[in-house]
Parts: sequence; structure tokens; C-alpha cells
Amino acid sequence: MFSSPTVRTSLIFLAIALAGLLFADIAITASNPWRDLGNFFLGMVTPNFFSSEGLMTALLRTVAFAFVGVALGGAAGFLLALVYRSLPVRMFCAFVRAIHELFWALIFLQFFGFHPLTGVLAIAIPYAGIFAKVYSEILEEADPEPGRVLPPGTSNITAFLYTRIPDCWVKMRTYTAYRLECGLRSSAILGFVGLPTLGFYLEASFSQGLYSDAGAMLILFYVLIATMPLWVRPRLLPVYILAAPFFLGEGLPIVWGNVQRFFTEDIVPAPLRNGEGLEGLTPWLTDLMVNEAMPGIWNTIVLTQIALVATGIISLLAFPLISNHFGGPIRRNAGHVVLVIARSTPEYILAYILLQLWGPSMLPAIVALALHNGGIIGHLIGRQTSSTKLRADAATGFNRYSWELVPRVYRSFLAFLFYRWEIIMRETAILGILGIYTLGFYVDSAIQNIRFDRAMVLILVTALLNIGVDTLGRYIRRKLALQTMPTC
Amino acid sequence: MSGYDLSGLKASFSGKRVIGPMSLKVNPGDKIGLVGKSGAGKSTLIRLIHERVNRDSSLIPQDLGLVNALSVFHNVFMGQLDKHATWYNTVTLARPFAKDRAEVNTLLQSLGMTEKLWTPAASLSGGQRQRVAIARALYRNAAVLLADEPVSALDGPMANSVMTLLRTRFSTSIIALHDVDLALNYCTRIVGIHDGQVALDQPSAALTSSDIMSLY
Repeated sequence: MFSSPTVRTSLIFLAIALAGLLFADIAITASNPWRDLGNFFLGMVTPNFFSSEGLMTALLRTVAFAFVGVALGGAAGFLLALVYRSLPVRMFCAFVRAIHELFWALIFLQFFGFHPLTGVLAIAIPYAGIFAKVYSEILEEADPEPGRVLPPGTSNITAFLYTRIPDCWVKMRTYTAYRLECGLRSSAILGFVGLPTLGFYLEASFSQGLYSDAGAMLILFYVLIATMPLWVRPRLLPVYILAAPFFLGEGLPIVWGNVQRFFTEDIVPAPLRNGEGLEGLTPWLTDLMVNEAMPGIWNTIVLTQIALVATGIISLLAFPLISNHFGGPIRRNAGHVVLVIARSTPEYILAYILLQLWGPSMLPAIVALALHNGGIIGHLIGRQTSSTKLRADAATGFNRYSWELVPRVYRSFLAFLFYRWEIIMRETAILGILGIYTLGFYVDSAIQNIRFDRAMVLILVTALLNIGVDTLGRYIRRKLALQTMPTC
Repeated sequence: MSGYDLSGLKASFSGKRVIGPMSLKVNPGDKIGLVGKSGAGKSTLIRLIHERVNRDSSLIPQDLGLVNALSVFHNVFMGQLDKHATWYNTVTLARPFAKDRAEVNTLLQSLGMTEKLWTPAASLSGGQRQRVAIARALYRNAAVLLADEPVSALDGPMANSVMTLLRTRFSTSIIALHDVDLALNYCTRIVGIHDGQVALDQPSAALTSSDIMSLY
């Protein structure tokens, strides 16, 4: 068994994560973490839906930002997918999707301020990069045969509309619906940087210890996501998309002077701005790299590797919850609820809550990342095992788990895990905003100190790190011949 | 039309020659039946000829080339996409014009499947799918028909009526057929392919099925 490449790869990653634990800062620093956690759960079971009139507005704004952002991102991504063969387009898309929505929001906040455009673009830009990649993959898989039979002289547009679009329509629709769900999560967490969505009110309730208000907000958010199939209807979509821009709120007007200053002064590296020329640039850059980028990269990698392995462990533990090879329907339905909650809660919100309860360290981030991503992968793997037919006299219980199911799903489990590696790293970097010393922490501090030039360099470093991990993940998936679909 | 003088026909797959080099002269009015055992290169030859005539032919490939998500009407209509402006085709995708509906409907009547006009191609049976591809070729109405086993999924009477239809609608045709009797009945000239070469080229009137069996 130890000679199999998939097992060897898993053990190497496990060893890296264990080594990472030696360096990681893991602690519970809150004076009474269990009481706080108890209070929080008490709040969840005694939700207060009527405390503030802001709650419904926040929910409406969350949906509106998601719709406008995803619609714009989808349209732009579709157009980019048509020219995705071109290398500059591919590089551009890889770059914009390597930067997290919250980083985009932090950038736009500096010059558009609290204008709705900030939130819309923060979602639309990275989503355009993701849509472009996935749409182009779907379009490439279309059956080429009908195109060959077309009469010569058929216009390109006609050929595209008749032979490509119908073949890809269902896949594109499914993926777009999945992205809309992600868009709702992205929209919710934009509140943490001050936009008028759920995160803003969640943070406000938490800081005042109003756990019942926070509980109500989370419950409404789960209901919103769980009922999506009911209220997101093809016929209603045009209505939603046309109406959504009118529900983004007023925000604050854009000061165009700020926009100009941002691009001509703020993001120009300090030595250049102060006329020190290129000689001043080297020490500035060295200082930035040694004192901020390097520690940030180190902590981001350590946290990512631990969270990745923890995600894997949670996935493997969680999939039996919904697999129809174990337990009765009641246990399975309960399992579904647990996994839906785990994967519907954005990592950022989970990490924020745990950080409030346990105090600052890497632990809340690891648990949040593992619960959210483990919930997603556990759900996908569990569904896969449910369609697996076992022979009638197959072993039961733990032997069924370890001999029949895990070996069958292990390859797709690894495929999903390596697919999410880059996503986990993107999130790890962003969790720094909450006070864990990953790259996001240094970006956020640079912005707080109004040193946008440093923030931009650090965001660039984060993007390159993500692109690197994405490439490495793809290399490992190819090396182990692991197949995965884009919707995960 | 003036017929085709197709010379230097050749094709290779992963370094292995499967067709030719060979020549084939197609005269106006020829109804050629391509026969030969499977793997002899009939399908490849049909594809080669299709490229040679600059795709200006009514083609029925073996895998039919249907768009599964589109209705029978739209799949047939695709035969004349070059005849209309892009806006016209785009509107038709959402809402076909009455004139086209009537035309396609008449055509499908002759193939006995009008009731399926708005069914997506994906939910048709094998025989029905084949008839949709045939209807598309008829609707295309090019000067020459290139067909690769066009009636392989149809039962005897239906196969005969479709072959009759193809014979009357296309003055010139090249049809690959594994059924030797169909080839003798509906073609005027038989071309036998063996190992990627022409092994037989005779008017069908001069042949019996046992003459052809020597190819197999």
C-alpha cells in the first residue's frame, strides 16, 4: 500500500503539515472560551429576528450585490472565454482570479470609497477570471461534429449559436448557479470591510455581544442559500438582474480626485514619489520583502498546509454522514443538515466567530478552513459513494468504510483536495485581515497606515503565490492522473 | 454540375496509411455505392471527398452530427444556415418563422416523423436520429450527396423508402453501404474498397451480389 503514488503523496503532505504544527502558533487565549462558545450556541437556538430593522436591509443588499457582481462577472467571463486561447488573456484571467474579493474591495475602497461600485467590482472582477476559465473549458468540450456538417458560408456567429451554445447550455447554467451561491457568500463577507451586507451587521452584533441577533442573521443566511432552488428560477432571473442594481443602496459618492490621486501618487512606491530614484527603491523593496512579505508568505504556507490536511481528515470523517451505506434516513438527513451548514458558512465568518470565542491564534483559522472545505468535499464524496453499488455480502460498519468505500473514492477525494488547495491558500491569505499573521495581515496593516504602495506590492506577492500553488496543484493532479470537474 | 475528378486521395492515422493514394472520377448523374468490409476506409473516403468538394455537399456522416440539445426542427434547419442572415438564424433559434416550419414539416412527413418536430434530438431513438440527419441533408439540397451508412438503423421497408427518396432527390451521390443488395438496387455504379484502394469499379447492372462478396 505504501508504494502506491497516491498514498505516498498523502503521507508527504501529512508529514509537511505535522512539521508545520511545530512552527504554527496554536493556542486558545480567551479567558473563558467555553462560556463564550456556549453563549454563542445559546444565541443560535434563541435567534432574535426582530431586534434591528437593519437585518432585512442587509439581507436584501447581500442578494443585490451578489446578483449584480455575478451577472457582470459572468458576462465579462463569457466574452473572455471566447478569446481564452490567447496567452495574454489567460494570464490576465489567472491574475485577477488569484486576488481575493476582499483584497479587491480593499483596493477599490481606497478610491471609490463606500460607493456600491466598490462591492460590485470586488465580486465581478475575480469572478470574471474564474468564469472565463470554466466557460472556455466547457465550450472546448462541445461536440465538434455538428460544426463539420454545417454548410460552408455559415457565419461564425450562427455556427456558434447553433452548434456550441446548445451543447454547453446545461453545464454553463449549472456552473453559473453554483457561482451565484458563491457570490452570496462573497457578498456577505464584503460587509466585514464596511459594505452594507450581512458581514457588517454580524460584526456589529458580535462586538456588542448580541449573540441572538448574530444567530438570527446566520440562520436567515442558511435559509437563503438552502432555498435557492425555489427562488432562483430561470424565468425570474432577468427580473432579479434588472432589479438588483436598484437595491445596492446609495453609499457615498465617488470623489474623482481620490481616484486620480490613488493612481498617480498613492500606489507609486515611496522612494520614487520622494524623488530618490531607483537607488532608493532597492532598500525599500528589501525592507518590504524581509520584514513583511517573507513572514507573511511563511505563515500563509504553514497555515495552508495544516488546513489542507485538516480539510482532508474532516472530509474523510464527514462523508459517511450522508452516504447511504451507513445508518438510516434520519441519520442521513441530519448529516445533510450538518454538511450544508458547514459548507454554506463562509470560512471568513467561521474564522471570525471562532476568533471572537477563542482569541487570536492560527487555531480558529485552521478549524474554519477545515470545516468549510471539509464540508464541501465530504458532500461531494458522500454523494459519490451513494451511487456506488456494493456486492450483497460486502462487509459492514468500519470494514465497509475502510475496505470498500475509501479505496474506491480516494482518487477523486485527492483530486478535489488538490483542486481546493489554491482556494484554501487564497482564503488563508485573506484571514490575515482578522489578525492572524498571514499575508492579508500585512496588506491590511499597510492600508491602515496609508501605505498603499506597500499594500499593492504585497497583494501582488499574494497573487503570485496563489498562481504558484495553482500550478503545483495542477501538476500533482496530472502526475497522479486525477480527474476533477470544475464545479467543486 | 460538371462532376469531380478526384485524384491523389490519401489519408493516414498515426503514421499508418488507411486510404490511397487513389483516384476516383465522379461523373454528373453517377449514383455510386461504396462497398467493402468494415475498416476498409469507406468512412475516411467519404470525409476526404467532403473536404475535396469544399464541403459543398449534403453530408450524412456515420455519427450524424446532430446537436442533441436542439429540437428536430432546428437540427434540420441547420442544413440551410448559409442561406439566411445571422439575425434571421438567431430569431429562428428562439422562434422559427412559419414558412420554415411548414417546409421542414413537409420534409419530415416524407420520412414519417412529423409528430417529433419539437422533440430534442437527445430523446430520439437511433432510427429517428438517423432520419433527422437525412432530413437535414435533404433540406440542405446540395448538388451531391455524401452519405455514410445512412439507413443502418432503419428497418427494411423504411430503409427502402428512404433510399428511394435519396435517389430521386439527388442526381449525383456517393453512399457508403455495408448492405450489398441495397447498393445494387439503388446505385448505378459500385466502387469496392479494399485496404484503402479501389478494388472494383463497375456499373451495378453488370454485377451480382456474389461478385461483390469477394471483397469481404
